[in-house]
Amino acid sequence: MTHVAACPACAVAPLAQETARNARPPDAVLSIPSLHCAACIGKVERALSALPGVDSARVNLSLKRVSVHGADVSDDSIIKVLKGAGYDAYPLDLTLLEAGQDPVGRGLLIRLAIAGFAMMNVMLFSVAVWSGASDATRDLFHLISALISLPAVLFCGQPFFANAWSALRVGALNMDVPISLAILLAAGMSLFEVLNGGAHAYFDAALSLTFFLLIGRYLDHRSRSSARSAAKELAALEVQTAQRIDAGHATKVAVSALRVGDRLVIPTGVRVPVDGTLNSPSALSDRSFLTGESSAQTLTKGDPVQAGEINQGAPFEMTATAVGEDTTLRRVANLVEMAENSRNSYTNLADRAARIYAPAVHLLALLAFVVWVWISGDIRFALNIAVAVLIITCPCALGLAVPAVATAAIARLYGMGFLVKSGTALERLAEIDVAVFDKTGTLTLSSSTGKITSLSDQQAGVARRLAQSSDHPVSRGLLAVLPPVQPAALTEINEIPGFGMEARLKGQAVRMGRGSWLGAGFDGLGLKIGDDPAIPLPLTDIPRPGVQTALEGLRNMGIAPQILSGDSEKPVQDLAAQIGIKDIQFNVSATQKHAYLTGMQQAGHRVLMVGDGLNDTASLAAAHASVAPASALDASRSAADIVLLRETLAEFPLLLKIARATTQLSRQNFAIAAGYNAIAVPVALLGYASPLIAAIAMSVSSLTVLANAMRIRIIR
Amino acid sequence: MNVLLILIPVSIILGGLGLCGFLWTLRSGQYDDAEGSAARLLLDDDDALPDLTQDPKS
Repeated sequence: MTHVAACPACAVAPLAQETARNARPPDAVLSIPSLHCAACIGKVERALSALPGVDSARVNLSLKRVSVHGADVSDDSIIKVLKGAGYDAYPLDLTLLEAGQDPVGRGLLIRLAIAGFAMMNVMLFSVAVWSGASDATRDLFHLISALISLPAVLFCGQPFFANAWSALRVGALNMDVPISLAILLAAGMSLFEVLNGGAHAYFDAALSLTFFLLIGRYLDHRSRSSARSAAKELAALEVQTAQRIDAGHATKVAVSALRVGDRLVIPTGVRVPVDGTLNSPSALSDRSFLTGESSAQTLTKGDPVQAGEINQGAPFEMTATAVGEDTTLRRVANLVEMAENSRNSYTNLADRAARIYAPAVHLLALLAFVVWVWISGDIRFALNIAVAVLIITCPCALGLAVPAVATAAIARLYGMGFLVKSGTALERLAEIDVAVFDKTGTLTLSSSTGKITSLSDQQAGVARRLAQSSDHPVSRGLLAVLPPVQPAALTEINEIPGFGMEARLKGQAVRMGRGSWLGAGFDGLGLKIGDDPAIPLPLTDIPRPGVQTALEGLRNMGIAPQILSGDSEKPVQDLAAQIGIKDIQFNVSATQKHAYLTGMQQAGHRVLMVGDGLNDTASLAAAHASVAPASALDASRSAADIVLLRETLAEFPLLLKIARATTQLSRQNFAIAAGYNAIAVPVALLGYASPLIAAIAMSVSSLTVLANAMRIRIIR
Repeated sequence: MNVLLILIPVSIILGGLGLCGFLWTLRSGQYDDAEGSAARLLLDDDDALPDLTQDPKS
C-alpha cells in the first residue's frame, strides 16, 4: 500500500477494502517451491501487484504458495511475470485443494486452548488446597474447580470420547478407551468427593490429561494433514491443464473447464485428466494407479480411458465422457487416502501397543479396586486408588511420543527441501542399506552449454517436434538448445521408454534416441531420418550439485551407492568415474530395473531408489523407500515417498540421518514412558498416589517425551 | 477470607480474557502462515508511514 494517510480514519478505509477483497477465495493459487525469505515475499508480491488486472497477491511462506485475487488474470501471465522475477511457479487446481482452512485442526486448537485455560485455573486452586487449605475454603476451591473443569472436560474430551465410542461399539479396544475412562472417572469421582466434602479431587489431573493428549492429537493431525496436503498439492500440480482440440488446434484449458464431449490430446507421460473413450487407433496406457497391474495396457479405438491413467506411448486423442467429481479417479481417491492412512505402520505400532496396553490397564485398575475393597472394605477408598492407577497409566506418552517425533522430523526436512509424502517413509528410509541412483535427471542435470547449430532446418524441426512430445528430461534439455524453428509435422509419434522416440515423416521413419538403438557408430543422443546416417546431438551431462557430498555421506553410513541407468556405456562410465561410483549398470530397460530391484529386495537388501524418469516409475514404487527430484516426471513424483525440492543433493546424508534418528527417538520415547509407569504404578497400587503425585508423574513424563522429540532438530 | 470472593472472579475473568484473545487470533487466521509473518517483519516497504516532509495542514 502506497497510500499516505495522516489520520487513522483515512488509513482504515483502504484497509477495509482490502479485507473485503481478501474475504473472497483467491482466483488463482500457484506453488512456488523456491520461496524462502522475506525478500522473496516482497519480490513476488511487488511483481504480481504490478501486473494489470491483479487486485492483490498474498504469499504464504509456510506453504510456499501465492494466492492471487483478480478476475481476468491468466495463470500463464502470472507464471511469466514470476519467471521474470526469477521464480518457477506452478499453478494449482483450486478444486483439488481444500478451499477453506482445515476445520479439524482448528477445532483441536480451540479445545487445546480451553483445556489449557481451565487446567491453569484449576491447578492454581489445587496448589492452594495442597498447601493446606481446609474445611470451608477447601470445599469452596473444590467447588469452583468443579464448575470450571466439568464443562471443560466434557467439551475438550470429545475427540477421545468419539473415538473410544466408535471402537467400543464394534467391540474393540483402542488407545482412546483407557483415556476416556480415566478422564471421565477422574472427573466423576472428584465431583462425588466434592459433593461429599472429601479431601481429594482429581480435577487438575483430568484436565492436564486432556490438555497433554490434545497436544499429541493436534501434532498427529498436523503431520498427517501436511503429508496429505503435500500429496494433494502434487495431485493438484499434475492435472491442471489439458489440451483440448478446438477447430483442429490443441489449446491449453483448465481441467475444471472441460465438459463431457470435449476432444483432448494426451501427451506422453501425462495423466489422463477425465474419463473418456479413445479416438486414436491405438494407445499404451499405465493403469497401475487404478488396478495395480504394473504392465502397461494396449488400448484400441473406442476403449474406455479413465482419469488417472498415464499415457506410456504416443500422444493420443480421446473424447471426454465424465468430468470433475464424476470421474473414477475422484471416486477412488477416498479409498486411496484410506489406504495411505493405514500404511502408516508407526501409528499401527502405537495402536498395536495400545491393543496390549489397554486391556492390561483396565485389568490392573479393576484388580486394584477389588483387592482394596477386600482389604479395607471401603469402596470409596478403593475407587480412589483405581482412578489413580488409571490416571497414571493413561497412555499419555504413547499418544504424544510418536506424533511429536514425526512432526518435528517432517517439519525440519521440509525446511531442508525434502517433501515427505508418506508417513512411514522415514521409518522405511531408516532401514535401507543400498542406494540405487538413476543417472539422467537424477545424478545429472541434463542441460547443454551451447546451442546446437549444426542441423538443417528440417532436421531441427523434426527434433523439436519429437522433443516436444516427450516429458523426458533429455527432451526438455534438448528443447532448450535446439534452434527456434517450426516443428515438423510428424505422425505416429511413439515414445519407447529407455530408448527414445520414433515417428513417421511423410512415409519416412524418423527416430531420435540412443545411438546404439539408431544403429549409429556413436553412443550419445542422435537423430535418424529415413535411411540417412544418424546425426549426433551433442548434449552433455552435468552432475547435479552436491553429488560428491551426498555419495561420500552415504558411504560413511555404510550404504553402497549404485548407478542403474538406461543410458549407454560411455556416458555412464564417464559420470561414474567423475563422481567415483564403481557399481554401475547401463543399457538397463524399465522392466530390467524393476526386476533388479525386486531381486535385490528378495535377497534381503532394503533398497532406496532415486530416480526421475518414466523408466524409473515402477522401481520407485517397488523400492523399500524412494526419492524423486522435483524436476521429475509427474508420474515418478507421485510414485516416490519423498520429493527433493531443491536442485542440490548435498543434504541427502542428513535426510538419512534424520530418518534413522526419528525411529530411534520414537523407541526411546516408548522406553521413557514405560519407565515412568514402572515407578508410578506400584505407588498408585499401594494407595500412596495423591492427586499431587498423579499430576506430577503425568506432566513430567509428557514433558520429557516432548523434549526428547525436539532433539530431532539438532541432529547433524 | 472475603477478599477471595473478589479475587477469584477477577482472576478467572482475566484468564478468560486471555482465552478470548487467543480464540480471536485463531479465527482471524494469524496462525496460517507463521513463517511468512516472521519474515514480513523484515520488509521495509510494507506499511505506509505518514509523510513527514509534507505539512499536514496543506
